[in-house]
Amino acid sequence: MSNNSETIKSEPVKIERKQIREAVVEIVSDSGEGAQKCGQSLGTISAKMGNGVWTVEIIPAEIRPPARSKAGASGIRVRMGSKKVTNMGDHADMVVALNEQVLYGRIDQNAYKSGTYLLIENKWATDTEETNAAYTESIQKFKALGYIIHEIPMEKECLKHVSDPRKGKNMWVLGLLCNIYDRDLSIAAEQVKAIFSKKSDDIIQSNIDLLHAGYAYANDKLPMHFTIPSKISKEDFVVMNGNEAVSLGVMAAGIEVCSMYPITPATSASHAMAEKMESAGGLIHQAEDEIAAIGFAIGASYAGQTAVTITSGPGIALKTEFIGLAVMAEVPLVIVDVQRGGPSTGLPTKVEQGDLLAVLYGAAGDAPKIVLAPSTIEECFHYIILARKLAESFRTPVFVLTDANLATGVQPFPRPKIKSAWFPDPIDQSKWEEGVKAYDWDPDTGLSKRPIPGQKGGMYTLTGLAHDEESHVAYDPAINQRAAESRSRKLAALHKTLKEPKILGDKSGDLLLVGWGSTRGAIEEAVERARERGAKVSSLHLHFLSPMEPGLKSIFKNFKKVMTVEINYSDTIGNPLITEENRRYAQLAWYLRAQTLTDIDCFSNVYGQPLSPIQILEMLEKKLDLTLTE
Amino acid sequence: MISLQPDFCDIEIPEKENYSIEDYSSSKARWCSGCGAHTILHSVQKLCTDEQLPPEKTVFVSGIGCSSRFPHYMKTYGFHGLHGRAFPVASGVKFRRPDLHVFVITGDGDCCSIGAGHWVHAIRYNMKMVVLLFDNSIYGLTKKQTSPTSPLGTHTNTHPTGSVLPPINPIQSTLGLANVSFVAQTVDWKPAHLNATLKKAYDHPGLAFVRIVQRCPIWMRENYEPTVKDPDAITVLNHENGIVLEEQALKKFRHIQEHDPSNLVKAREIAELVKTTTPIGLFYQNKEGTRYDEYGAHNLGVPVEDRIDAINSLMDRYAI
Repeated sequence: MSNNSETIKSEPVKIERKQIREAVVEIVSDSGEGAQKCGQSLGTISAKMGNGVWTVEIIPAEIRPPARSKAGASGIRVRMGSKKVTNMGDHADMVVALNEQVLYGRIDQNAYKSGTYLLIENKWATDTEETNAAYTESIQKFKALGYIIHEIPMEKECLKHVSDPRKGKNMWVLGLLCNIYDRDLSIAAEQVKAIFSKKSDDIIQSNIDLLHAGYAYANDKLPMHFTIPSKISKEDFVVMNGNEAVSLGVMAAGIEVCSMYPITPATSASHAMAEKMESAGGLIHQAEDEIAAIGFAIGASYAGQTAVTITSGPGIALKTEFIGLAVMAEVPLVIVDVQRGGPSTGLPTKVEQGDLLAVLYGAAGDAPKIVLAPSTIEECFHYIILARKLAESFRTPVFVLTDANLATGVQPFPRPKIKSAWFPDPIDQSKWEEGVKAYDWDPDTGLSKRPIPGQKGGMYTLTGLAHDEESHVAYDPAINQRAAESRSRKLAALHKTLKEPKILGDKSGDLLLVGWGSTRGAIEEAVERARERGAKVSSLHLHFLSPMEPGLKSIFKNFKKVMTVEINYSDTIGNPLITEENRRYAQLAWYLRAQTLTDIDCFSNVYGQPLSPIQILEMLEKKLDLTLTE
Repeated sequence: MISLQPDFCDIEIPEKENYSIEDYSSSKARWCSGCGAHTILHSVQKLCTDEQLPPEKTVFVSGIGCSSRFPHYMKTYGFHGLHGRAFPVASGVKFRRPDLHVFVITGDGDCCSIGAGHWVHAIRYNMKMVVLLFDNSIYGLTKKQTSPTSPLGTHTNTHPTGSVLPPINPIQSTLGLANVSFVAQTVDWKPAHLNATLKKAYDHPGLAFVRIVQRCPIWMRENYEPTVKDPDAITVLNHENGIVLEEQALKKFRHIQEHDPSNLVKAREIAELVKTTTPIGLFYQNKEGTRYDEYGAHNLGVPVEDRIDAINSLMDRYAI
């Protein structure tokens, strides 16, 4: 400890700071080294300082993959800016690496550029002969790629304060980054205290010491120092990821039963509510499997409780038969699909928007349902409340499609004021009106009121078989036709209430980009940057996917070309086998082509990464034959 | 001056309902003539009448199969859902509705084959409900395929030369599950025993699992006929804590075995006999089992203000 006090007492070196608009920082390490905690803290500190923030996690599929391996890279990207930040940005400006091997995976993903600062743990240079050789070779390679390398004795510095540097190196790195980017050290110390609030005072103090030590090291030993001005908002803000927003949305929607089965990347939505759900008047049911999870939710909803089930693609596949039943028997239900890479087990921790068509058309027969896609963390919260209301009003399952990018991405937004109006009415146990049938479909809208067990005179047997208004098994084919029309009509009735989507940019031009879900930030930033350079490109972002938002066909007519931008698979024109006839389009493109009879192109891929603005700009350069990137 | 509303002197005396068996019967059952389900339906309707269950507070949940048409023939609330999935639906219904009387109607294919995973867990949840396994040892609605309880060598459309695997013993299997609290067996053709079994199951504070050996006159006549006709085929399990028959009714059985339903080890021993004979009665009962429906109902009716406070306290953690 004597060393420590000396460090703190000694006069810090005077430094000059360069003002920048934004910075993209990555911290990568082996699993379990706390890189994510470090990055999340940097994000929260920046949000508290009034900066715009977006963070995205880099997660391997295993809990503890082999150390020092390319596939084992675990970490986080933090983008901090003077203005609101809506996506992960382009190449990183700075990366802190706790070993050199984990960088290779990120280099393959084009995460860095010539000029990216690389702050690397140098203890590997004095490790075994084999490790030493690998380290030295890598440093040469990284130099050749143009990275600005600073080899830093992180472990050695940490050992001055703690005996086990694996515990706390991340806080030292946090201190390092706080100095480089002029983060408020007192806010940072509060953040460290919050992280370790359940630990002993000694542990809290030693982590704060490490924070200060990292800060001092960067101040005295490193040449690059920046500042990112911020406009501190007067508004009350919260900062969280999409799964946490879903979780709070579930509670604020007054949902009483959250029935789930663990699946990546959806499970943390249930973790976030676990502690408070009971005092908020609801319960989490961890079912024996995905099928039972939705069956339980449907049973609860049938009995008048409001229910949600939260899952990911493989879970949707298993739940599909029950989803069909909920549509057929008109049971209100919110289904959250946190999409991940597919098909099959696919890429469990990585992003894909691959479930749209499965959700729209996955069931046997015609099973119309409402499908919503929030595009920001804030919307993840509010769309659950909307979904619950739609499910009750339209007596149908409502899907909320998020994805791994929204699930783990962190962004500040104005704190929602919880309203009692968001809660459902108590279960109706009044006498059922005489003469009203269990499915008294309104001939225009298909809507009907549903009886709930306990309501005298409302007794009916819900069935997945074709049924008439009284829920009797229908042996007359005309009844099946009428029932199918009624269920479909509900979507048309909802469609009538929707507004045309807003267009970013001009209402006509050379190209219109159309997106849905988590890609909004990247698309809109790319469009704004392209427009600054004179490109006649606009974009619109869909939030209702079923029913589709109105006016699309006439909007599309005003653009020379229309193209969807998505994270899912599509055939790329250029392969000799791919023709206009056999090309398989990205999912929204398929759907929009069919709905609007417009020749819609698509840009999509399945690298399992969120889209960056630069990827979209590079695509636009080719499409529009313009120079849009530096 | 206090003004009175015009209805000030109106008083409402709650109507005393008196339900008769007709109050529980809906459309005419469409099962085959001679099917054991008819007698079970009648026995269930009798139970509802005897217990005066309000039809609007009673829910029959079923899966798919011949037996699962059952809810359509009751004038209560019903849920005729998916093949094998009656258990999760019924569990969801009961979870936070302690006021509802929940019955699960399932068959041997529904419960012991496609829904077997849910069977295991429903027993463990031990929510208060009556589960009636209509076991006719055959797939009836899809026309004579081997069921998981078909005796070895049963000739079916999927195994024309005889089924090749030994059957599941649903009594033995259920007795082996965690948190099991009530296991009984009866047959559809002994109405006094069937009625007494249903009453005992209804009174049980937990999940009451009742296997009903059921006649299928169309596909399995040769399977049940020896049991129905042979007065030695059935052994009645008798105990003061078990299913108690009136003396007259008990006298009709040749074989009576004393069995204390609190003895799980002995229950499993007797369950082994199901392979060769038909023991009927209460195998096992534990009234103290942990009940998941009690957990489900423990925080009902939290006032909106408290709910908002709880959400805000969670939101505080994310505040900046």
